Amino acid sequence: MNEEKQRKLAIICSKGSLDMAYPGMVLANAALMSGIEVHMFFTFWGLDMITERKMDHLKITPLGNPSMGMPNLLSILPGMTAMATSMMKKEIAKLDFPPVREFLQMIVDAGGHLYGCKMSMDMMKLTKDDLFPGVERVLGAMEFMEISEGAQIIFI
Amino acid sequence: MPTREIAGKVVEVDAEGFLCNPNDWTKEIAEEIAREEGIEQLTELHWKVIEFCRADFKARGEPPTLRRITKEGGVDTKTLYALFPKGPAKKVARIAGLGKPTGCI
Repeated sequence: MNEEKQRKLAIICSKGSLDMAYPGMVLANAALMSGIEVHMFFTFWGLDMITERKMDHLKITPLGNPSMGMPNLLSILPGMTAMATSMMKKEIAKLDFPPVREFLQMIVDAGGHLYGCKMSMDMMKLTKDDLFPGVERVLGAMEFMEISEGAQIIFI
Repeated sequence: MPTREIAGKVVEVDAEGFLCNPNDWTKEIAEEIAREEGIEQLTELHWKVIEFCRADFKARGEPPTLRRITKEGGVDTKTLYALFPKGPAKKVARIAGLGKPTGCI
């Protein structure tokens, strides 16, 4: 309708727990649905979101998480993390949000770009072959600066 | 609400150009709004999406999310973005004569 400058969003995902994986994906997808260009950079624990052997097994723990209202003394019991994780996955599915792998594929199909952080990968002894195939490239922080030029940046 | 003439029919629209009353919608209106959105010709696949959205709106009372369109409407994400490039969520709803979508997915 009206000619606007192409809006651009860069999202840095630095966390590998299930609850922290979703905000970045929801925002990326919302941006794509609105016609905004999207770049997602996965660094440090965020790499778990795009690592083949981890991405389907992200977890949330009630331990040390005051928002979940469970006393830490109970949270240390075996099985508590698994229980919280399974509960959260059910709630996510109820809202019709897909699991991590499917969500990232949706973002890629919608034209979003995914990148792994080179330094974090070196530290965790990962190569491009260990990553989800939808990941476009492995980048250094300086290359990310080039890609994110002119973008609004969200750090999660 | 302001009114405007689309495809020879005077209809109420909101500030962003969404039809206020889905019953005002006609195929000619869809074609004209599509052109405004940069889609010169609505193909069979476009109509498949539009008709799914209208039927789903009728059944559920809200415009379907893109996730619903790809899960139930029979087009995948890539195709949907190719059919309605640069922001399919609002484009589809506008062309289908539905309100602005509020879903997050």
